[in-house]
Amino acid sequence: MTETIAEGTSTIEALSLVPKAEGKQSMKDFKSDQEVRWCPGCGDYAVLAAVQGFMPELGLAKENIVFVSGIGCSSRFPYYMNTYGMHSIHGRAPAIATGLASSRRDLSVWVVTGDGDALSIGGNHLIHALRRNVNLKILLFNNRIYGLTKGQYSPTSEVGKITKSTPMGSLDAPFNPVSLAIGAEASFVARTVDSDRKHLTSVLRAAAAHPGTALVEIYQNCNIFNDGAFEVLKDKQQAEEAVIRLEHGQPIRFGAPAEDGLGSKGVVRDPATGDLKIIDVTAEGADAVLVHDARNPSPTTAFALSRLADPDTLHHTPIGVLRNVDRPVYDALMSDQLEAAIEQKGKGDLASLLAGNDTWTVVG
Amino acid sequence: MTSQVSSQAEQADGALTGEPAAPGTGAEGNGGKNGGNSGAKEVRRLDRVIIRFAGDSGDGMQLTGDRFTSETATFGNDLSTLPNFPAEIRAPAGTLPGVSSFQLHFADHDILTPGDAPNVLVAMNPAALKANLADVPRGAEIIVNTDEFTKRPMAKVGYEVSPLEDGTLQAYNVHPVPLTTLTIEALKDFGLSRKEAERSKNMFALGLLSWMYHRPTEGTEAFLRQKFAKKPDIAEANVAAFRAGWNFGETTEDFAVSYEVAPATQAFPTGTYRNISGNLALSYGLIAAGQQADLPLYLGSYPITPASDILHELSKHKNFGVRTFQAEDEIAGIGAALGAAFGGALAVTTTSGPGVALKSETIGLAVSLELPLVIVDIQRGGPSTGLPTKTEQADLLQAMYGRNGEAPVPIVAPRTPADCFDAALDAARIALMYRTPVFLLSDGYLANGSEPWRIPELDQLPDLRVQFANDTNHTLADGTEVFWPYQRDEQTLARPWAVPGTPGLEHRIGGIEKQDGTGNISYDPANHDFMVRTRQAKIDGIEVPDLEVDDPTAEAAVRDGQGAAAVQGADTLVLGWGSTYGPITAAVRRVRRDGGRIAQAHLRHLNPFPRNLGAVLARYDKVVVPEMNLGQLATLLRAKYLVDARSYTQVSGMPFKAEQLAEVFKEAIND
Repeated sequence: MTETIAEGTSTIEALSLVPKAEGKQSMKDFKSDQEVRWCPGCGDYAVLAAVQGFMPELGLAKENIVFVSGIGCSSRFPYYMNTYGMHSIHGRAPAIATGLASSRRDLSVWVVTGDGDALSIGGNHLIHALRRNVNLKILLFNNRIYGLTKGQYSPTSEVGKITKSTPMGSLDAPFNPVSLAIGAEASFVARTVDSDRKHLTSVLRAAAAHPGTALVEIYQNCNIFNDGAFEVLKDKQQAEEAVIRLEHGQPIRFGAPAEDGLGSKGVVRDPATGDLKIIDVTAEGADAVLVHDARNPSPTTAFALSRLADPDTLHHTPIGVLRNVDRPVYDALMSDQLEAAIEQKGKGDLASLLAGNDTWTVVG
Repeated sequence: MTSQVSSQAEQADGALTGEPAAPGTGAEGNGGKNGGNSGAKEVRRLDRVIIRFAGDSGDGMQLTGDRFTSETATFGNDLSTLPNFPAEIRAPAGTLPGVSSFQLHFADHDILTPGDAPNVLVAMNPAALKANLADVPRGAEIIVNTDEFTKRPMAKVGYEVSPLEDGTLQAYNVHPVPLTTLTIEALKDFGLSRKEAERSKNMFALGLLSWMYHRPTEGTEAFLRQKFAKKPDIAEANVAAFRAGWNFGETTEDFAVSYEVAPATQAFPTGTYRNISGNLALSYGLIAAGQQADLPLYLGSYPITPASDILHELSKHKNFGVRTFQAEDEIAGIGAALGAAFGGALAVTTTSGPGVALKSETIGLAVSLELPLVIVDIQRGGPSTGLPTKTEQADLLQAMYGRNGEAPVPIVAPRTPADCFDAALDAARIALMYRTPVFLLSDGYLANGSEPWRIPELDQLPDLRVQFANDTNHTLADGTEVFWPYQRDEQTLARPWAVPGTPGLEHRIGGIEKQDGTGNISYDPANHDFMVRTRQAKIDGIEVPDLEVDDPTAEAAVRDGQGAAAVQGADTLVLGWGSTYGPITAAVRRVRRDGGRIAQAHLRHLNPFPRNLGAVLARYDKVVVPEMNLGQLATLLRAKYLVDARSYTQVSGMPFKAEQLAEVFKEAIND
C-alpha cells in the first residue's frame, strides 16, 4: 500500500519540487509534543487526526511542510503539527503563506483557517489567493459560529441565528464558501465533513495533488456554541436525502437507492432555465442525470451545484471535489519571470546597476 | 572663480540674503571670453543658479526638469532638486491647483538644498506665473509663454488684465516668448496636428534653457529617441523642438547673455558620480543589501504615493533574483513579506503613512516572531490621506509607538536623496543581525529630490551575510539535543533564524506570547514580563554609531591647545533628523558666516538613539530641534533626556528654507 502511494506522489506535479522523505513516515511523525487544547468533543480533533494520518501518504520531507494559520480555534492547528508552522494574525494567513509559497517553491504550504478568519476579517486575502492560484492548500474549517470569542454569529451563520451578539436573530445573509471560491476564480474547490475521515482524506489527497490554490471547506462541529450544526449531513437516515456526494465522471445521484442501485434522486439541467434541478430518477430518465465533471474549464456548472444546498436546512449539500481545473500557478510564473529576466539581461551585476548610464568622473 | 570655490562652499546657500537674486548675483562679467557655442553673445560666469520650471500638470514640467537635471549632472555641477506636483493626475487645465513645478539648484561648489528662491522662473501659463510669483525675488528672470496669456487662461486664475502688461512684473527681468507658436512653427513640416505639435513646447523651453546655461544636449536627444523609440516621428519632432529652443536662444536678441556655471570639481571627492533620486537610491540600497546578504530580495507592496517608485524600480530587476509582489492591500503586502522572511528571504515592504497604519498589526507580529523585515515609509503630509505628493516627517511617533503592546522597532532615517542608499543597507543590517522589523523613514522630499552620488565601490559595501540555524541549540535535562527557536544569542539577543527545509529544526512560532527558549505558548505572568523586557532590551542594545557633532569653535579650541574654558565652543546645538539635513546645514553655514557660534548634529538612528546622545545634549545650553511635524523628535528627547528641547516646526508640505532656519538659529543663539 505504502509503495503504491509513494509511486503516486512522485508523479504529483504540484509537489515535484518538494524533497521527499528519506524513510517511511507514520502519523506519529507529524504529531508535535504540544498538548492539544481544543474543547473535548470538538470537530477539530477529527480533522487534525485525518491530516496527521494523511501526511505520511505524501511522503514529503516534513521539514519542507509548513502550516500557516490565522486566528480562531482552528488556527491553533500548526502547534500540533510537527512541521514548520506559523500561527499568525486574524485573517492574514493566505497573505503570509503567499509570500512563503511564492519565494520557496520547495515547500508544501498549507493554510488552516476558519469561517470568521477566512471569510470575514480575511475575506480579501482569501479571494486574491484564489484568483492568483498560488500553490497553497487552504483548509477552511466552517463551524458557522465564532468559537474563540465565545459564540457570536459568523459570515456563514444562517439568517436569524440567535447568538450573544444577535439576541433577536442575525440579519446577515450568509456566504456559501464554495460559491464564493468558485466566483473568485478558484481552480480547486472541495467540501467535506469532519466526521467522515475517509471522505476527508480523499479530498485532502486530491487537494495535495492540485497545482495551485486548493480550497477545502470542512464542515466542522463546534459542540460548545453550535452543536449539531451539520447533524443533518451526519445522521445516516437524514444524510441520504441531504448529502449529494460528487465524484468526477459519475452521474450525480443521491437518496435512497433506486432499482439500478444508485440514488433515487438525481441532478439534471433544466432546459428552460439552464439551471440545475433535482428530480426523482426514473428508469428512462436516468440518462438525463448530469455526469459530474470537476475538470470542466467553465465554472458554471460547479457554481450551480454549489447553489443546490439550502442555506438553512443544508438539504442537498454537495460534498466532494466541485472544481479541479489546471491553471498557471502563480509561484511558477513568478519564477519563470526571474529566469526570463536572467536570460534576457544576464544575471544582475550590481556594479553596472549602480553606475547606470550617465556618469562623470572627478579626478583628484 | 575656481580659486574661490572653497570659501563659497562655506557660504553656500547664503549668498542670497538681503540681495536681489538675479542671475547676475555672484557673477563676473566675462564678455571677452566667449563660451564654446554661444556665438558672439556675452557669456557670464555664475557660481550657482536656481531654476524653476512651472506649468500645467499636462505640460511635462517634471520631465523637463528631469532632463535639465541630467544634463547638469553630466556637466559636473553639484545639484539638488525639488519636484512639486499636485496629487491629481490631470487637474483641470490652466487652474492653480493644476500647476506642477520642478526646481533645480546647481552650482560650481558644494550645495545642500534645492534653493530657497528661484533666480529664473519658466512659466508656461498664467496659472504657473500666479502660483509661483510670490517665491520669485525681485530682479529674477522670468520666461513666460506669451501664447497662453489670452483672455480665458488669464480669467481662470483671476487675471483681468495681463500681468505682462500692467506692471505686475516691473521688478523682474521678463522674457516674453511665444513658446507655443514657435514650437508649432518649428514642427510644421512634421505633419503633426496642432495639438500634437504643441505638446513639444516643453522641449522648446528645455532647449532654450539648455542654451542659456551651456548644458550638454546629446543626452537629451538620445533620451528622446529612446523614449519614443516606437514613434520615431514624435521622437524627431521633440528633438526638433528642443533644437529650435536652443537656436532661438542663440539668435534672438532678447536673450543677449548666456551663463556658465563651472563644474563643481572641488566640491566632490575623487570618484565616479551619477545623479540619483532618493527612491532610486533606496531601491538600489535594497538590491545591494540582498546581494551583500546573499539572500533573495522579496518585496511585498501595495501602490501608494510617494513610495510606488520603489515597487516599480525593484520590479525591473528580476535578474537579480528580486521578487516583487503587488498585493491586494497594504496588509497583504507586509504579510507576504513576512512570509518570505520566514522562508529566509531579505523581506521588504514599502509604503507611506496611511499604509503603515494598516500594516501595524503585522509589524507587531513581526516583533513577536522576531524575523527580519524592512518597512520603508516614504512619509507624506497627514493625517489620513493628507497631502499625498507633499513632504512631512510626522510618522516618527507612529513608527516608534504605533502598535498595540510593547512593540519596539528600530528606526533608521536617511538625510539626503543619495543617503537613502546607505540607510537602506543599514536598515537591512539591523533587521538581519537582530532578527527584527526595522523602519526606514524617508519622505516625499528625499524620494523625489535628486543630487549627485558618488558610486560606491562594491568592496566598500558592508558584509550582511547571516548564518541560518542548522543544528540543535539546547540540551534538555535528560540529555536530548533539541532546537529552541527562542534561544537567544548572548550578545545581540537575536533568536536563531531556522528556515523551513532545515531538517530537525521544525518549530512553530506565532503571535501568542511564547515561553522563553522553547517558543511554546505561555501565559505565565513572569515569563511575559521577561519576554517584553527582553524584546525591548534587544532593540535598546542594537549597535549604532555615536552621534557626531559638528562644532568648529570647539574644534578650534582643542586644536589651538586651549581648554574649553579658554575658548568657548557653541552653547547652542541644532539637532535634526531625516531630510531636514540639507536646509539645516545650509542655515548653519549662514549663521557661522555671520559670526554665530552653533553646533550641529543629525540623527540617523531614532531607535535606539546613539549611546552618546544624552551626553551631547547635556553639553549645550540650548538645543534647537527643527522638524516637519509638531515636535515629535523633541517629544522623544524631552521624555528620555529631560532636555528642554526647543522645537521649531513647519507642516506646510514643503521643506524648510535655509534663510528661515538661519533666523531661528540666530534667535536661539542670542536668546
